[in-house]
Amino acid sequence: MKMSRKWWVIALVICLVLATISPLASSFPDGLEKVAEDKGFISAAEEAPFAFIADYIFPGIENEVLATILAGWLGVVVLFFIVYGLAWLIKLKKQGSNIIE
Amino acid sequence: MHIPDGFLVAAAVGTTYVITAGGVANALRKAREKIGEKHIPMMGILAAFVFVAQMLNFPVVGGTSGHVIGAALVAILVGPWAAVIIMSIVMIAQSLIFQDGGLLALGANILNMGIIACLGAHYIYNLINTVLGNNRRSKLVATFVAAWGSVLLASIACAIELALSGVSPMGVVLPAMAGIHALIGLGEGLITIVVLNLVMSTRADLLNLQRI
Repeated sequence: MKMSRKWWVIALVICLVLATISPLASSFPDGLEKVAEDKGFISAAEEAPFAFIADYIFPGIENEVLATILAGWLGVVVLFFIVYGLAWLIKLKKQGSNIIE
Repeated sequence: MHIPDGFLVAAAVGTTYVITAGGVANALRKAREKIGEKHIPMMGILAAFVFVAQMLNFPVVGGTSGHVIGAALVAILVGPWAAVIIMSIVMIAQSLIFQDGGLLALGANILNMGIIACLGAHYIYNLINTVLGNNRRSKLVATFVAAWGSVLLASIACAIELALSGVSPMGVVLPAMAGIHALIGLGEGLITIVVLNLVMSTRADLLNLQRI
């Protein structure tokens, strides 16, 4: 059990390190944005009616590099725990249905 | 390739939401049948990895960037339906928290980069392994082509949705989307191989999880 606990802690740290280098990512438009610009339909895009951490920049922080890193860390941690929790719930339901059977 | 709101007409929004809801419901059903203790941390880690990998845009050509979708990696490691669940949660979080991809376009984005990319990668991977004899070399080829193909398939689906929504003619948007994503897909193929090799050389036992 000790070993199997350990691997995902290391993997999570690797993800956090990757998030830390995310400010180095290319800021060019992605494939779809570029096509939308070239083919003249980018203006149809609408802003979201709300903004939490829009464009992966944590709000209220002046340093954009730091704001991006924080957004990345938050996303990594949130997604790990949400999907871990969901998978745990699915497993729980599976056990429940086995007992009933 | 996250579609923002404003690109898709109501009919496309409705249709993609219905298909995606059906796909996700099926994914949850399959997961409930097959999930084991070891899937739990693996699925969490893969979600975290897909999220961060999608932040890391790499330059392609002509002032364009691309990022890994991650659907192929996830589908190969935990199976296509577990992959659909993981990709869906990542895209829901991206849309709700980070305003990456529209809310109305969420059904289409999950359909393209979740369902189509995951199932596409899964079938390409299995087909190539069957044809080439399921050895180390065939797995390498299968991984690369599955990852490349998943990006291409997702971009074609995206182009079809855009064309049917009338934002751009099919003859314009389809070759443009497929063309640039055929290049971005090469990056997906290389990175997927690197990550799978890392898993294979450090924790090969993680490759033996039952596929969902």
